[in-house]
Amino acid sequence: MKGSQAIIKSLTDEGVDVVFGYPGGVLLPLYDVIYDSDLKHILVRHEQCAAHAADGYARASGKVGVCIGTSGPGATNLVTGIATAYMDSAPIVALAGQVGTSLIGNDAFQEVDTIGITMPISKHSYQAMESSEIPQMIRSSFYIARTGRPGPVVVDLPKDVQEGELDYPENITIDLPGYKPTKKGHPLQVKKAAELILKSKKPVILAGGGVIHSNSSEELQHLSELIGAPVTTSLMGKGCFPEDNLLSLGMLGMHGRKSSNMMVDECDCLIAVGCRFSDRTTGDVNKFAPNAKIIHIDVDPAEIGKNVDVSVPIVGDAKIILSHLLRIMSQTNGPNNHDWTDYVRNFRASCMPRLSFDDMPLKPQQVIKEISEAVTDDTIVTTDVGQNQMWMAHYFTSRNPRKFLSSGGLGTMGFGFPAAMGAKVAMPDEDVVAVCGDGGFLMVCQDLATVKEYDIPVVVCVLDNRYLGMVFQWQKLFYDERISQTKLKAMPDFVKLAEAFGVNAYRVERPGEMKETLKNALNSGEPTLIDVMIDPDEILPMVPPGCGLTEIVGEYKVERENPNEIPYRPSAQETGGD
Amino acid sequence: MDEQRSHIISALVLHRPGVLQRVAGLFTRRGFNIDSITVGPSEQDGMARMTIISRGDDKILEQITKQLNKIIEVIKVRDLDAEGTVIRELCLIKTHATSERSRSEIIQYANIFRGRIVDAGPENLTLEITGTPEKIDALIDLLRGFGIKEISRTGPTAISRGSKTI
Repeated sequence: MKGSQAIIKSLTDEGVDVVFGYPGGVLLPLYDVIYDSDLKHILVRHEQCAAHAADGYARASGKVGVCIGTSGPGATNLVTGIATAYMDSAPIVALAGQVGTSLIGNDAFQEVDTIGITMPISKHSYQAMESSEIPQMIRSSFYIARTGRPGPVVVDLPKDVQEGELDYPENITIDLPGYKPTKKGHPLQVKKAAELILKSKKPVILAGGGVIHSNSSEELQHLSELIGAPVTTSLMGKGCFPEDNLLSLGMLGMHGRKSSNMMVDECDCLIAVGCRFSDRTTGDVNKFAPNAKIIHIDVDPAEIGKNVDVSVPIVGDAKIILSHLLRIMSQTNGPNNHDWTDYVRNFRASCMPRLSFDDMPLKPQQVIKEISEAVTDDTIVTTDVGQNQMWMAHYFTSRNPRKFLSSGGLGTMGFGFPAAMGAKVAMPDEDVVAVCGDGGFLMVCQDLATVKEYDIPVVVCVLDNRYLGMVFQWQKLFYDERISQTKLKAMPDFVKLAEAFGVNAYRVERPGEMKETLKNALNSGEPTLIDVMIDPDEILPMVPPGCGLTEIVGEYKVERENPNEIPYRPSAQETGGD
Repeated sequence: MDEQRSHIISALVLHRPGVLQRVAGLFTRRGFNIDSITVGPSEQDGMARMTIISRGDDKILEQITKQLNKIIEVIKVRDLDAEGTVIRELCLIKTHATSERSRSEIIQYANIFRGRIVDAGPENLTLEITGTPEKIDALIDLLRGFGIKEISRTGPTAISRGSKTI
């Protein structure tokens, strides 16, 4: 068969049924085969959206997402999405076209050194120089992308390699002598961790994206219950522990909850699972968890000791290690941490953020409260980057993993909408809502054409304040209110913009409108945009860069009544979801 | 802050195009120091051995080895301890040499350092020397007075003493 046919066969053998891509000159052989294949191809309107959609697909489903871009500008447009996936450990395979092998290095039309460009932002990359290499390369790419610490893999496919003939091998064995991810944690280390936990009086669990990747939410919850430890998460870990649990502290870090920041500061044992201690999570590392012995469980050995010194490192898969830890712990009486647990619950209640506001212009808290009330626990929400993201992280209560998708590490504006598109394609039975800012959405709004063409019924909520809100916030707090280039003076009418693409659109301006509008949009089963006019002056308390987690600036608006009450969230049955 | 030390890192890697770029790129991206890097085929087919000389404290070294191990083409990485390691570098030195006297002196120095004259012209001599980087430095210092026209050094390569292998 031809190389291009081998590409499709390899994808199909990996169970891929949908790809997000954009054709180009060197991809003509591949797209000619796609014409006849059963593979569903979604034509995005910008390659960056193909990569983000593949990423959203991967995060929502746990499967590997696939995106395709042509050589040169197609490949460079994929780069932002590849880097985003790399920073957040999302498994995607990016297929890039390349000029013919005889032209490589000649600055041929649409030639770029894709391997060179993507080397620092991908888990691995391949360039096929012979058609016969294709099956092995693509299968290995999927293996690398989804195992160990997941990540993006790039496959560069020169045009003549797509055209060349090969015999497709009957059996493909993955042989990567330099790649053997550790799964089982070292038993001695696990034992040490158990002993440390038993001795602790004030344990806190810090859960990261690794808990979600390894599907170990259940184990994590058991551990929390067993030892009475409150759980804080990184942004990537949001949803791995039900946030309405009285032991949930919310997100940790620069933009984190006060309850998390204070309890991590106080704890004597921090059990960090599948997190990499990013600077946004730790604040000043020298002031991070000053009283704690730290246990760090991570599948990537290089993450251990990279940013924070740890007492007990355990390399391996979080699910396997937590199960092992639970087996040991359940044979003991467990530590008696009732005092600590009670203290944490009370402290948590004292700093629950206020959600209800009847102000005009709309407060983001109120908008997110209404979003919470309109969706179910099965709804997948994605966010863009900036204040919209942090408001969602604070005020939206997640109960399940893989339901809150956000660009953490790279902080990629323009992520939310295409990621929602990918998530909806992966999970067609679930509602998908993207919460974006006006700046970020404008970067990718051309893909309204894609959701219209393929009838991908995502709902995009644009929190519209005519500012680049997060940078504006920093300028207000740290740059003497010198608002440089963050006021978006000329912006489109988003309702008209969506309508120009044939997408339904509504504007929300008053308290109470968001909930109904969103519910109706979700029930319509059609792609919809909701333009939400919000107050630009609403800013979050935060930890200034370079400060410790307790050095929060800005006042919390705190809920005084029923602090443990979270917005009412109907179940899927109640909303008549079928 | 831990003490900054020089480290000899030996890595067994798949002998494929782009591997050197991956390794060197890792050092650049992560801000690790790199004094020299040498690479050539190893005793095993399809595998090459790299010797990387790097400076850093223990924490940085730990990151270097861990990050190197993450590269799919890297099979094994070891930080060799200086005492238990044979370390050698090759250097070619082209000196200015017009007078009889300077030519014979240069040849004598070459002999003392167990070097060889590998090329001669009416106005120059080229020496080859292998040894530890310190020994090469010493010879270069001696030859400076004659007028060095060009130096080409390979950077050190290393192997552990005794029967130990990586």
